[in-house]
Amino acid sequence: MLTDLTIAQARDGLRRGKFSAEDLTLAHLHAIEALNPRLNAFITVNHAAALGQARAADAALARGEARSLTGIPLAIKDLFCTEGVRTTAGSNILRPFVPPYESTVTAHLLRDGAIFLGKTNMDEFAMGSSNMTSAFGPVENPWKRRQDADAVLVPGGSSGGSAAAVAARLAMGGTGTDTGGSIRQPASFCGIVGIKPTYGRCSRWGVVAFASSLDHPGPFARTVLDCAILLESMAGHDPKDSTSADVPVPDFAATCARGVQGLRIGVPREYRSDGMPVEIEALWQQGVAWLRDAGAEIVDVSLPHTKYGLPTYYIVAPAEASSNLARYDGVRFGLRADGADLRDLYERTRAAGFGAEVQRRVLIGTYVLSAGYYDAYYLRAQRVRALILRDFTEVFASVDALLTPTAPSAAFAQGEKMDDPVQMYLNDVFTVPADLAGVPAISVPAGLDANGLPLGLQVIGKPFDEATVFAVGAALERAAGFDALPALRAGN
Amino acid sequence: MSLDHATVRRIATLARIRVEEAEIPRLQSELNGILGWIAQLNEVDVEGIEPLTGAAHMALKMREDVVPDGGYPEKVLANAPDRSGPFFAVPKVVE
Repeated sequence: MLTDLTIAQARDGLRRGKFSAEDLTLAHLHAIEALNPRLNAFITVNHAAALGQARAADAALARGEARSLTGIPLAIKDLFCTEGVRTTAGSNILRPFVPPYESTVTAHLLRDGAIFLGKTNMDEFAMGSSNMTSAFGPVENPWKRRQDADAVLVPGGSSGGSAAAVAARLAMGGTGTDTGGSIRQPASFCGIVGIKPTYGRCSRWGVVAFASSLDHPGPFARTVLDCAILLESMAGHDPKDSTSADVPVPDFAATCARGVQGLRIGVPREYRSDGMPVEIEALWQQGVAWLRDAGAEIVDVSLPHTKYGLPTYYIVAPAEASSNLARYDGVRFGLRADGADLRDLYERTRAAGFGAEVQRRVLIGTYVLSAGYYDAYYLRAQRVRALILRDFTEVFASVDALLTPTAPSAAFAQGEKMDDPVQMYLNDVFTVPADLAGVPAISVPAGLDANGLPLGLQVIGKPFDEATVFAVGAALERAAGFDALPALRAGN
Repeated sequence: MSLDHATVRRIATLARIRVEEAEIPRLQSELNGILGWIAQLNEVDVEGIEPLTGAAHMALKMREDVVPDGGYPEKVLANAPDRSGPFFAVPKVVE
């Protein structure tokens, strides 16, 4: 089936004329029609616009002017502003918002010929690890437990819609953003690949801001090579984002075949958390064995401040969010609730427009930045953040990359971990440190738990060394031979 | 540090989020749960450590002090909930 192809295979088929971009796009649109009513992965489907882009792609292919993604149908997280296409950030406050401009990352994908099938569901303002905080309803994970097949599982979050869409073959790849784990944790829960590149590799311009010093756009796909192809298009310097890195973008696809012979891979002992399921511990050891067999040297290392990553994140991210979300005031764009005066208008608009988790985080952020508490919370968290970065810098003096589990569990059911916000936050324990340090990290599906659910392994690399991250990720992918399929997928 | 009722009310006012009286006890309990968990950062010795403001592994660039973009008021106003000519409209602020 066309929907089962990888991006690399589809690109080849399009260039050889085996099928058209219109065929490929229609196959995905039909899959969306069939499965999206259940999965709720897309908030908006661009049926007509996608077909128009597909015809333009076919014309470009006929002229021999194909670019790296010409004719490839993608899912775009509803956090990326898309010109003329509603962009909600999963929030009621942006429900009516139609951006008059295109984000830099999506503009790069369009430049390279990609087709946008639609905008995917997500936790509200990317604040969540389950997609349960979306104002547009939860997303269903296309994977099912063997023992409890009726349970509706979460796809992870916050980029749960893109991850579910790619896993269920509703799209060949997609975009996400990762602030505390929002690409890698859903990739792990949905059995696909996702990479958070180095901070600054992908422009944040036109991406609805959550926590500016932590927000990393990045791709999802079903193979490491496909993620490399997507990242190469999405990346690149952008003068419109002052933190965008003015560094060359390597040929990432070529690095996937490089192998790990002679690389030193660190295994950080602090990622062995109490209560970690034995299957995850076993898969991690299996990953170590795979890399050793492929020629890497395995080194035990220490990142002593790992356990402080999450509490640091839950000061820094809400602080930045409380500032970024101050713009939603009901005056210039988005929802407005009527008020007796301007202040009442602000307060009613924000009460009506923000969901419970967003309100909690804005309140926490406001508190930790407020007079009298700034030093005790925010300044202290920034100092601990410096120590977390120092841990990585020191360890990368002696190893080329780190291998860890991606998440402390497989996908859980909708409604679980909802009673206590802190229980939900603990999902990101292994992913948050790489966001705080800004270093690149990939999640690769590596095995199944006893219930048949996918589990990911994470490779963390040095700043701007995604090349090694792809090389190690691809080596894990080859060794794992992960070929399990989700129960809900196109054509099934 | 535990938040009392009045502090939750004050934070909500600073954050410009309307919170009904009945919601305050729930918020107070949730926020205190989060702050109690965050308090483990007090164990860390941060003496002499410079705060890290961001993850960018480079110095910020300088640019020319010029206007590089703009000049499309209709696009800027296209999403306004209420407008009056080329202006955003809000409820009366000055009597």
